[in-house]
Amino acid sequence: MRVTIIDYGAGNVPSVERALQRLGAESHRTDLPESISEAKALLLPGVGHYSALVRALDEQEMREPLLSAIQRGVPFLGICLGLQVLFDSSAESPQLRGLNLLPGKVCALPRTVKLPHMGWNQITPNRESPLLAGIDASAYFYFAHSFAAPDSNGATTATCFHGVPFAAVVEQQNIYGVQFHPEKSGDTGSRLLQNFLRLAA
Amino acid sequence: MSLVHRIIPCLDTDGARVVKGVNFFGLRDAGDPAALAARYNKEGADELVVLDIAASRDRRPTFLETIWRVAAELSIPLTAGGGIRTLEDGRAVVRAGADKVTVNTAAAERPELISELSREFGAQAVVLAIDAKRNGGHWDVMVRGGGESANRDAIEWAKNGVAFGAGEILLTSVDRDGTRAGFDTELTAAISRAVSVPVIASGGAKTPQHFVEIFKEGTADAALAASIFHDGVQPIRALKEFLATNGVEVRLPC
Repeated sequence: MRVTIIDYGAGNVPSVERALQRLGAESHRTDLPESISEAKALLLPGVGHYSALVRALDEQEMREPLLSAIQRGVPFLGICLGLQVLFDSSAESPQLRGLNLLPGKVCALPRTVKLPHMGWNQITPNRESPLLAGIDASAYFYFAHSFAAPDSNGATTATCFHGVPFAAVVEQQNIYGVQFHPEKSGDTGSRLLQNFLRLAA
Repeated sequence: MSLVHRIIPCLDTDGARVVKGVNFFGLRDAGDPAALAARYNKEGADELVVLDIAASRDRRPTFLETIWRVAAELSIPLTAGGGIRTLEDGRAVVRAGADKVTVNTAAAERPELISELSREFGAQAVVLAIDAKRNGGHWDVMVRGGGESANRDAIEWAKNGVAFGAGEILLTSVDRDGTRAGFDTELTAAISRAVSVPVIASGGAKTPQHFVEIFKEGTADAALAASIFHDGVQPIRALKEFLATNGVEVRLPC
């Protein structure tokens, strides 16, 4: 199975490619609407500013093919910003629209804690999660972000806490998202990507 | 549930090979960067830093290739830097596979470099490296490999750097670097109190107890060391087990 990586210029694309390669999965990068329409599985990595991702989706006309692929049931995994963009908007760029596939707004983490939330943290699964299958509940994942999605939406299958609770993993039918970086989370992250590949197959 | 304290091995390179020195001077060869990276990735390092301490223009392509080779061995985050003077330098390092870029001398001379990198890659990708040296009751910022004073106060510079968009501080005690006399807990605590971003402490590590001190008294978020790891004197797993039994939260890989 071939994974189509949406490449809008995010810094973590090469790491994601390498992580998939280690799992024996084939992947290719694209920023073309037609490749997104033909994709069998989609992965949207992202780091940096929310606006860079949203602007790229719009300027390169990737939004519509991406939404229609997801609505057709094509398995989708969003990493970091790739999770945040699933919601309706973000306080990082309030004037821009997200994909609005999940309800709620992405908010800044509180200034009572060190920001960015950077490093290894544990997550709390709150219901059955195919993406986390076989992963120990005490496992650590690598995070690097200052904004986060609300944990209160129905799609959240695991939360994390840094000043406030937030969505660490979201899963709704063929839509998957993780706030942390599985491509940087050692063997645990690798297992999660493998779970996605299996779900997408 | 909270962030654990990170252990970060650092590969100081001459562009191609890992080198080590005392107080920034007197270098000797310490191995192949990709081989060391693979070892640390397996042993449970939380991140890796690779620095080009020679940072000469003509060897830059060699260093970028080193980053690429190192990144290929890692499933943990990679920070790279040394001689980053422009946004274009930063781009090259990220393109070669680094997740974060460190800036030092050029940022002290032109702090806008921090904002330029931060706007492009996000604050989480910009690490401000500060080499600090005690001068009476405060610490001076040192530049050019620790050899020259920038005539700035380290605490003020750390705060400034964060305002310009740095997402992390890599703080090296020039007084302790290479001495194996322990981290500078006082310096680290002072910087950590002053800024809202994570602080990585560096310089002077030898014993596991030094790491307990830098996390507990120095309130560091992460601790970095080089030669004690390269030599095999201090295996990372054993260090983490020691920290865990001494009340410091760490990630113990299975």
